[in-house]
Amino acid sequence: MTILPDLSKFPILRNTVKTTGDVVATLCITLFGLLLVTFVIGRVIPIDPVLAITGDRVSPEVYAKVRDELGLDLPMWQQFLNYLGKLFQGDFGTSVLTSQSVLHDVATYFPATIELALAGTLIGIVFGIPLGIASAIYKNTWLDQIIRVVSLIGYSIPIFWLGLVGLLIFYVKLGWVAGVGRLDVAFEYIIERKTGFIMLDALLSGQWDILENFLSHLALPAFLLGYLSMAYISRMTRSFMLEQLGQIYITTARVKGLSEGRVVWHAFRNTFTQLVTVISLTFANLLEGAVLTETVFAWPGIGLYITNSLFAADMNAVLGGTTIIGICFVLINIAADALGRFFDPRIRRSAS
Amino acid sequence: MHYIKLNKVLKPLFAAMLIGCALPALAATPKDTLIMARKIDDIKTLDPAEVFEWGSGEIINNIYTRLVTLDPNDPEKLTGGVAQSWKVSEDGLTYEFKIRPNMKFHSGNPITAKDVEYSLRRVVHLKKTPVFIFNQLGWTSDTVDHMVKATDNDTVILKIAKPYATSLVINCLSAGVGSVVDSVEVQKHIKDNDYGYEWLRTHSAGSGAYKLLVWKPKDAVVMEANPDFYLGAPKMKRFIVRHIAEPSAQRLLLDAGDIDIARDLSADQVKQARKNDKFTVSTTEKLSTYYLGLNAAKSKPLANEKVWEAMRWLIDYQGMAGSFLDGYYRVHQSFLTGSNGLRNNPYKLDVDKAKALLKEAGYADGFSISMDVYNTSPQTDIGQSIQSTFARAGIKVNLIQSDKAQALTKYRTRAHEIMLAAWSPDYMDPHSTAEFFVRNVDNSDASKNKTAAWRNGWSIPEMSDLTEKAMMERDTEARLDIYRQQQETVQKNSPMIMMFQLLENSVLQKNVTNFVSGPGFDTAMYWKIEK
Repeated sequence: MTILPDLSKFPILRNTVKTTGDVVATLCITLFGLLLVTFVIGRVIPIDPVLAITGDRVSPEVYAKVRDELGLDLPMWQQFLNYLGKLFQGDFGTSVLTSQSVLHDVATYFPATIELALAGTLIGIVFGIPLGIASAIYKNTWLDQIIRVVSLIGYSIPIFWLGLVGLLIFYVKLGWVAGVGRLDVAFEYIIERKTGFIMLDALLSGQWDILENFLSHLALPAFLLGYLSMAYISRMTRSFMLEQLGQIYITTARVKGLSEGRVVWHAFRNTFTQLVTVISLTFANLLEGAVLTETVFAWPGIGLYITNSLFAADMNAVLGGTTIIGICFVLINIAADALGRFFDPRIRRSAS
Repeated sequence: MHYIKLNKVLKPLFAAMLIGCALPALAATPKDTLIMARKIDDIKTLDPAEVFEWGSGEIINNIYTRLVTLDPNDPEKLTGGVAQSWKVSEDGLTYEFKIRPNMKFHSGNPITAKDVEYSLRRVVHLKKTPVFIFNQLGWTSDTVDHMVKATDNDTVILKIAKPYATSLVINCLSAGVGSVVDSVEVQKHIKDNDYGYEWLRTHSAGSGAYKLLVWKPKDAVVMEANPDFYLGAPKMKRFIVRHIAEPSAQRLLLDAGDIDIARDLSADQVKQARKNDKFTVSTTEKLSTYYLGLNAAKSKPLANEKVWEAMRWLIDYQGMAGSFLDGYYRVHQSFLTGSNGLRNNPYKLDVDKAKALLKEAGYADGFSISMDVYNTSPQTDIGQSIQSTFARAGIKVNLIQSDKAQALTKYRTRAHEIMLAAWSPDYMDPHSTAEFFVRNVDNSDASKNKTAAWRNGWSIPEMSDLTEKAMMERDTEARLDIYRQQQETVQKNSPMIMMFQLLENSVLQKNVTNFVSGPGFDTAMYWKIEK
């Protein structure tokens, strides 16, 4: 005897509720763990958070006052509960370094990182996948070797150095791309920031010169991050393709007279599930904010924001930034799972 | 071999890459705009009652006019800013200021004594970090309202608690907290009795050469010229300070012509810039110094005066200044700089002398000790040099590199053994520095006053009294004499080894002239710059 409706009679509804429930549960548990660990780290690091606000030359009275305001003398568990309590009301606290609400800061800096991450991932896909496929088809030929070396370079050389050298060549010497920062100074204060995404704002207001300038600034850092992503994606594509091309169904298809092009396409199609995971991992990685790239290119993103806040022991900012990225991570993983299932009919069939 | 026509794939790919790259770039700054690259991510606010960082100090110096300012033609002298003249009473307790006539704020409102009164009182009531500059004059939340009074439209009377040296009082008024804000404008934006604190953080209400258009944290500060500036309209109509954290990136922007001035180039980059015809290097002696703090309270060898002296002979000052610090720091072995500083630098590397002193101290075989340095250049290089010279006399140094905030936290709690630290005065009077180095009235762990003397466990009741006395000494010569004595003592017999003075190097495009940085951390003047 149950008061609740019998969901077994409505399989789609049951699946949706179960999936949503799973998602929410995963999110909550992951976030709680993340927050707890970050909070403890923040309180344990040997940096005095008051100093970030007051500086070293502060008088004892002002020091005591600020310390009191930050609630640093309460026991740690109480500080954590206070923080969680405010979090549930949507109050992420105020950043010590910018004196703005952390939510406002994240809304300012995160879109910049998203732009860079999207661009980098796109470039990684556009170059990485074809190169990976080529590498697999022409395995162990000179083409394969070249691609592997190029990828290795991408892994090994510090991105910091690559960034500066890239700026030197493409910006200073050739003038092909614009310099550091998201926009030229001349444009920066004209554009109306509606969404926080410069590309969208420029498109929405039809300001093509701003869009062009933005793309010019985006090109180099995106290519750099794209290069790294490409290195990873091409290697994974290569190994997935080799795995598929070695399967019996491929030999069967060839024997049956299928053209080589169609054979490759079949094999490639079957790597989608695994590729989706790889691509989403890459994207999520870039989303964390490539701190070094952001530093070199003066790109005001979330990576720099969190790093600077950590060094100043500005825990509200670190926790806020970490939470947002944590949420994105979990959601991206879940989406990748769902997409993977979409591409693999075997899993789809077994689920229903 | 199963081939797909490679050409079909490669050609379009290459073309796409080329197209992607061939976007035009904008270069060269507009003729009436000055763009300066500087690391300004330490700016937290632009309210002059709270500003105390290198990044924001300079900005408010150009947006606001202070009651008293540095003479633009002689940055070691003070002259009236908003104040036209002042008189000190016989007993030294009352200062009468006459306000300069016909001065206006950016809003068009006239500057009156009421604005000065409001600005000074506001600093004391808001109780932010730099309030100590005014507290030491005896101004507190309870007393400032009757100690600072505008008696008519152009007169302000300031009363102070004790008859301090005139130089000290006037210098305090020339600090950032002496900025005069537009009280009429600020009072329109008050929220919950906050004296306009929240609004003034991101807006300006000043009378300086420039007015604030926008401040984007960690990104840029954009300012526009004030054509009615009392010293003459600035030549550059727009002034933009861009935050570029990476010195190499600043260099590249300079090369491409996208910025006019780069402030943070490293010693190597500055050397190269000097040889380059496209740039000029502008060097300014700053009042900032570097020293080694030896914690006498913590470690046994460091409590020994002979060890202090031995260490003084174990540092290769000239070697460092001649190599990686060349053009960046110069040897200066006293805690005051400028005309009040000692001119002599008696110490140099002398390992034999040091060994003899260590033997007398009972450490013929040396000892092990740790040294904290910030994990940036040139601190790490200085640390390594000291480590190697100390080793020659048997002192084994464990070098600990850490982030600045972390090192400072350690220093403030006396948890260090040796600390490579920096100092910069808060205002131009020698008392600012003397108070930090030669005053320690309570050497216990509970003391709230964390001067350098306290941090290094140096118990100096007589010297502290002398510092107090110098504060009150109204005879200039006698006052400077006291500071001379104190510098000698610190130089020869203290747990603080003074080593270097900072030389700030700014690299400018050839066509940029008249950039004045001044000796302090916030003294740069933008309004004379021309292109």
